[in-house]
Amino acid sequence: MNQTAMAENKAITISFPEELSEVQEMVRACIQCGTCSGSCPNEFAMDFTPRRLWRMVLMGQKDDIFKSKTFSLCSSCYYCTLRCPRGLPLTEAMAALKQIAAKDGLSKYKQSSLFYKSFLESVRRHGKVREMEFMTMYFTAMKSPFLPFRFAALGMRLMGKGKVHIQIPSKGEGKLKAIFRKVEEMEGR
Amino acid sequence: MNYLYYPGCSLEGSALEYNLSTIAFMEAMGIELTEIEDWTCCGASAAESVSHLLSLALPARNLALAETMELDADLMIPCSACYLNLRNVAEKIKKEPDILNEINTVLKEDNLELKGDIQVRHLLDVVATDLGADSLAPKIRKSLDGLSIAPYYGCQCLRPYTVFDDPEKPTTMEPLINVTGARVHAWDMGGKCCGASHMNTKMDVGMELVAAILRAARGADAVVTVCPMCQMNLEAYQKKISATYGEDLSMTILYLPQLIGLAIGLSDKDLRLDLNLSITESFRNKLNNDCVK
Repeated sequence: MNQTAMAENKAITISFPEELSEVQEMVRACIQCGTCSGSCPNEFAMDFTPRRLWRMVLMGQKDDIFKSKTFSLCSSCYYCTLRCPRGLPLTEAMAALKQIAAKDGLSKYKQSSLFYKSFLESVRRHGKVREMEFMTMYFTAMKSPFLPFRFAALGMRLMGKGKVHIQIPSKGEGKLKAIFRKVEEMEGR
Repeated sequence: MNYLYYPGCSLEGSALEYNLSTIAFMEAMGIELTEIEDWTCCGASAAESVSHLLSLALPARNLALAETMELDADLMIPCSACYLNLRNVAEKIKKEPDILNEINTVLKEDNLELKGDIQVRHLLDVVATDLGADSLAPKIRKSLDGLSIAPYYGCQCLRPYTVFDDPEKPTTMEPLINVTGARVHAWDMGGKCCGASHMNTKMDVGMELVAAILRAARGADAVVTVCPMCQMNLEAYQKKISATYGEDLSMTILYLPQLIGLAIGLSDKDLRLDLNLSITESFRNKLNNDCVK
């Protein structure tokens, strides 16, 4: 068995079980009607429909939840939240699952979480995101030699128009350092 | 009329023309925008995917700064993601006082305190509700007669907070398009999702969503957007998407202030059409020739 397959089969331990309970509370009143699945623009690419995911959450099947790519495919369009006949905060529940996966560095969510973390690192340093710096940090974190080429043409076009500039990642002045530190402290990370 | 203004990070970078055309349009309409001093990132879709508290604290910092400006005005935001993040804080603290305390514990580190008395408004809400087609009508200098325009609203200015439009069948852009002399392209993709950051992390999925939108826009001369992320997704990958699906999906994509700005007589230089990534030859021709007077 190769390493990836072993990682796939390993039981998933999450370090914040109480956070999964919070997601369970969010979807407690789910009646399994499937309006969320029918409304979801990304459902075609998911391994489990949102409706099935909520059932898995209620059953506490954390291995299945976090091995699934369903929550990472939520693009926050809020159709499910708008249409849920029980008025459940489903988009927020998807985000809560993303947060658990990001904190625990779960493999299915690695690409998204490195993308978002690179973004936020640029924000922490400078207060505003520096688009080129953040993409550079993302490529470095992904350690994928081919990934930058997918975005090279767009980067050149944006630079040609003077909208973005080459930005070597720099430490910056730590503009939002205090806020980020306090949040980490309060969330016990 | 006066508004506090939060441009957001994209509008200083990849969406520079949204910022410049908004400022030019508002100035021409006699509206004064006061940018929030020392504003920082709202967290975009990144913060909510990593930390709940951070996704509230980052936008809250900007709301708290807006309050210190002591200007009796609503806060106008052109980016739908920024709008939703700031609006989300404003809505949440009304319902859950505990959240306000938590946010203020964080903001204290930056010597700021949020009270929560500022109205957060999307640019489209301001243009459609406060200005409206009626106030645009006497200012029209160049009729866009002959153009067919597809209004694209995207998600986050419509949902989850239903503020100024029908979140299922949005229509607020239609009178604004009609008053320019252009026709509204009939389609039902206005409120559909562009895939947001999927284009960066899950490109195949993102391309599928964008392809469906561009396909439905066929027959229109341009799509207008009110969000830098929608705009980027719709305009930047057209070649790749066309090649992948084996069909020509090239389409002009404009920001709303650029379209209505043209109609009130601002030049394409004022509105920085040179910065857009996808303006087709045929659109330019139509804009310059007789069919548009």
